[in-house]
Amino acid sequence: MTEKKKRSRSSFKQQGAFYIMLLPYSVIFILFMLIPAVGALLASFTNFNGMTFPDFVGLDNYVRLILKDPTFLIVFKNTLLQAVLVGPIGFVLSFVIAWLINELPKAVRLLVIFLVYSPTFSGTLYIVWQYIFSNDENGVINSLLQTMGLEPVNWLSDSTYSMAVVIIVSIWMSFGVGFLSFVAGLRGLDKAYYEAAAIDGLRNRWQELYYITFPQMTSQLLFGAVQAIATGFAAGTINQALAGYPSTNNATDTILLYMSDYGKTRFEYGYASAMSVVLMAIMLITWRLIDKALSTFRAE
Amino acid sequence: MNEKSFSVFREISRRRRENKTVTLSRSKWGMAGIFLFLLIISVYMAIPLVYTVLQSVKPIEEYYIYPPKFYVTNPTLDNYRAILDSVESLGVPFTRYLFNAVFTTVVGTGVYLILALVTAYPIAKSKIKGVKILNALLVYAMLFQNDTMATLRFVVMSRMGIIDTYWAVILPNLANTMGVFLLVQFMSSNISDSILEAARIDGAGEFKILFRIVAPSVKAGWLTVLIFVFQSYWNAGNSPYIYSENLKHISEAMSSIAVSGIVRAGTGMAVTILLMIPTIIIFLWNQRSIMNTMAHSGLK
Repeated sequence: MTEKKKRSRSSFKQQGAFYIMLLPYSVIFILFMLIPAVGALLASFTNFNGMTFPDFVGLDNYVRLILKDPTFLIVFKNTLLQAVLVGPIGFVLSFVIAWLINELPKAVRLLVIFLVYSPTFSGTLYIVWQYIFSNDENGVINSLLQTMGLEPVNWLSDSTYSMAVVIIVSIWMSFGVGFLSFVAGLRGLDKAYYEAAAIDGLRNRWQELYYITFPQMTSQLLFGAVQAIATGFAAGTINQALAGYPSTNNATDTILLYMSDYGKTRFEYGYASAMSVVLMAIMLITWRLIDKALSTFRAE
Repeated sequence: MNEKSFSVFREISRRRRENKTVTLSRSKWGMAGIFLFLLIISVYMAIPLVYTVLQSVKPIEEYYIYPPKFYVTNPTLDNYRAILDSVESLGVPFTRYLFNAVFTTVVGTGVYLILALVTAYPIAKSKIKGVKILNALLVYAMLFQNDTMATLRFVVMSRMGIIDTYWAVILPNLANTMGVFLLVQFMSSNISDSILEAARIDGAGEFKILFRIVAPSVKAGWLTVLIFVFQSYWNAGNSPYIYSENLKHISEAMSSIAVSGIVRAGTGMAVTILLMIPTIIIFLWNQRSIMNTMAHSGLK
């Protein structure tokens, strides 16, 4: 056998191995992601209600959503506000904390990681904030205010405060997998680069961060960004637990909550699907912008 | 390697030999600022966890004190004892619920880890057809996780005939793209093509390369995946696709014990704490292993 033949044969074998590797997940992905997602996309052009056979209605759902539904405009605005605040703040804080603890003694590092990640340990720990901000006399903050001689505040039902409280709690909840991936990513950085740079004339930590750490961390930063977008825009669980749904003046209602209202309670799957498509479109646009911004580091 | 970088490396090895610090260090005030910042963050993060622990050991009398106290005067384990008593009155033996949760968590996490490694490798490191599309789909799927898919997932699963079986709990979570995407990110930044080429020339097959060379190099990555997949199964609560009482998750049984109302408030907190313990143990073990993974040395 000639050298060339041998080579092409082994690369054929290699490609085969790659396809075998991709097969199992692809099947699961198609069944549980692709089919449901494409189904939702198709449903958004129909009046599907879960019981009768759906009729094709064209863009009616989208027209209704954008032009004829004032509540959607409100929940859209709320979602945007919450995502724009919680996403970036959570992302930046996650990175800053992971970066600062990276060189601290092991025990301190473990303690901080433990506390920062603790909101995610239990699926229900965030409900505690409801006791803390509770409107009635049992609320921790309100009883504190009263002992200081101040008037209690309806933190969760007064629309002036409710969104602020939801955002504070959402930021608390935003140090999830993104944070862990930063911690893990920073462990894997190549020390030699830092040593070389220190000798080669980097003046301070900020330069080091910008020229050495960021370029090596683009993969994890990218992952953290997707996480921040996904959790930022898909907000709703915390909102509902704290301020209820529908909330006073719709102050804390989000697209996700409005969507599950139509999907689960009103059985208008078609309309709910149109909302999910719009929500995904917003996330995709945001993702494209961030991906572009991060690619400046990757090029270096 | 040019002459300048060569002299830099000579300098590094000289300083290493003389045990001098090579990297940049921080000033005293800088360190003080960092500790203050981390302290504030830690307190903010720890409030709900500390509150939950305190409430779980609070005797029922103290729940009626007004204004409510954050701390506990006479800690008691009564709330935990109350769980033990209620457990005996459950229709299905308690151990059965525990088994259901442990079984689905262990199988789901194990299978997902292998699946994610096997899928991420070709996406990160091969140039076969379709890989780019797959990578894009991973991100899109991360952004498109919502209720509108639940209905169609139900249709898929009932066609497969797996409703009300363990598969209905294990399979949908396996489609999660987050872990695959994170591993793709780690592999594409941590593994150089030259190492893979060298292994191929030595005659290693792709599966061998993946498990002998690639997986150990991205240990920090898959350990991070492990913790959140574990949590997604353990904290899943009861699946909407399970009806049989003897297939239900432990959290379902526990939350039926901790029905709301102030009489059971302490028990509810104790339940939250108990359900968190496995996660905390796994998490601490996990993060310690990540810290111990050596940063790889030598420039790529």
